[in-house]
Amino acid sequence: MTAVPPLVAVQDLSVTFPARSRHPAFLAVNGVSFDIAPGETLGLVGQSGSGKTTTGRAVLQLQKISGGSVKLRGRELTTMPAGDLRRMRRHMQFVLQNPYSSLHPRMTIAQTLTEPLIIHQSVPKAHYRERVAELLELVSMDPAVMDRYPHAFSGGQRQRIVIARALAVNPDFVVCDEPVSALDVRTQAQIVALLHSLQEKLKLSYLFIAHDLAIVREVCHKVAVMYRGEIVEKGGISQVYGNPAHPYTQMLFDSAPVLNPALQRQRLRMAPPDPSILVARSPTESCAFGEVHTETGTPAWHEVAPGHGVSCRYRPV
Amino acid sequence: MKADGQILRVHDLKASIVSRSQTVEAVKGVTFDIKRGESVGFVGESGCGKSVTARAIMRLAPEGTRVDLGGTVQFGGRNLLTVSEAEMRDIRGRRIAMVFQDPLTSLNPVITVGAQIEDILRRHTGLSGHAARERVIELLAQVGIPFPARRVDDYPHQFSGGMRQRVLIAIAISCDPDLLIADEPTTALDVTVQAQILRLLLRLREERGMSLMLITHDFGVVAGMVERVNVMYGGRIVETAGIDEIFRAPAHEYTRALLDAVPRLHRDGVSP
Repeated sequence: MTAVPPLVAVQDLSVTFPARSRHPAFLAVNGVSFDIAPGETLGLVGQSGSGKTTTGRAVLQLQKISGGSVKLRGRELTTMPAGDLRRMRRHMQFVLQNPYSSLHPRMTIAQTLTEPLIIHQSVPKAHYRERVAELLELVSMDPAVMDRYPHAFSGGQRQRIVIARALAVNPDFVVCDEPVSALDVRTQAQIVALLHSLQEKLKLSYLFIAHDLAIVREVCHKVAVMYRGEIVEKGGISQVYGNPAHPYTQMLFDSAPVLNPALQRQRLRMAPPDPSILVARSPTESCAFGEVHTETGTPAWHEVAPGHGVSCRYRPV
Repeated sequence: MKADGQILRVHDLKASIVSRSQTVEAVKGVTFDIKRGESVGFVGESGCGKSVTARAIMRLAPEGTRVDLGGTVQFGGRNLLTVSEAEMRDIRGRRIAMVFQDPLTSLNPVITVGAQIEDILRRHTGLSGHAARERVIELLAQVGIPFPARRVDDYPHQFSGGMRQRVLIAIAISCDPDLLIADEPTTALDVTVQAQILRLLLRLREERGMSLMLITHDFGVVAGMVERVNVMYGGRIVETAGIDEIFRAPAHEYTRALLDAVPRLHRDGVSP
């Protein structure tokens, strides 16, 4: 589509959690596809249990996949030997939701930030402290704090440290899994600003996983909406937010609180959206767009505008 | 909701958290009241003292600490800061109930959900045996747990986050409290579940004429839920106003900063 090849290309990615005692096998991610261009942010939204986090982990090869392909910088990750994959990890990093549990309480900030440098041997030993100082400056923190422990920092500062750790090895691609949902609104805004400036400075690509649609609008260029392990809608931010095409996307928008007391009161009094309308249609009859996919063999995906697609699955009859 | 009487009158409440290493003055003299059947929001960032204020009313201290309290908390004709611990135990849970943010850590993982609710019913209402079990199932139904008769013997881990929060709300309303304190009740939940929980709180409040103290850092959460808001900063209430007024014309600079920081779903902040 564009001249620039995507940095990350995910095709038909599926993850199945195997059957355990009384629980049958569970298809957590079902045929998910998306591309992320260099310097671009793709938002992944959906309710908890929709497969967002599993998708993020599967892209990073932290989760065994049951099918599909994940390419980073043009190289297939799913079949890559372990040693090569370990070297590829330098290019892809992870920022997690909870800045309290993702830092080791007994390690100083300098120790935490040095660890990736040691593992990836990206900086000579003599320059460790210099690099740590540089990383702290990058996330707008005073390098003088590097010998302190995580408990001395607020949630927002800890999240900055977690981001600095992810950036230690100069990645191209960072998966941010709910990076701001544990933070206060003003701290959220600061972290969002930081992610923006880092993207500009370092040409980073992000996969931004969140359930908060408003945050996604501020952070992302494109958005994919997940429901029951599938992407049901995908497009540019203005396309999806301006013209949500899937009933589940609409349901998410209707659930988000609005900053208008009169309107919000009215919305809370309305009948709640009924998720039972989201019933997958039988594959043998014509879909919501009038196509019979079993006959045409086309995927259950319809472009409603260039770059804006929607699945006909989980649509009311 | 016609009775205009104040159910809670807090005057110059101070709270200092004393731990082994330090003393933190978390609440530095707050004064407010809540009327019968009224909903009041407390908005502020972590560390502003909103949760400590709520816990001070209940005379609860964070683990491993002691809280030194000053001022008065008038509730039901008594100053809660001076009543005996035995009296307080009777008020806690029965007259004033609380729902905390984290529904996983607030439930005992090795006791069934039904048994946890029954325990509270037995303590406060003397209900037991078959009658208690019936009441538990009824409560689970009221908070919207599907198939309550079947779920009553499940353990907390068998419930989703939203369902666990419903269980906590069921526990909180089990003894028909006059005042429900909800501390960030939806923060750990996603938008669809958040809307369900807010709807549930709204409904219960109306059905029971219960007062609600809703604590959150998110103006979006209080928007449709409360009549008045107290904005807290640095252990003090910096602004108090009607909900429509505070959105229309926030007076304090800090309130404006908080409102501005809330990300908008659409550019005008209003959904189509």
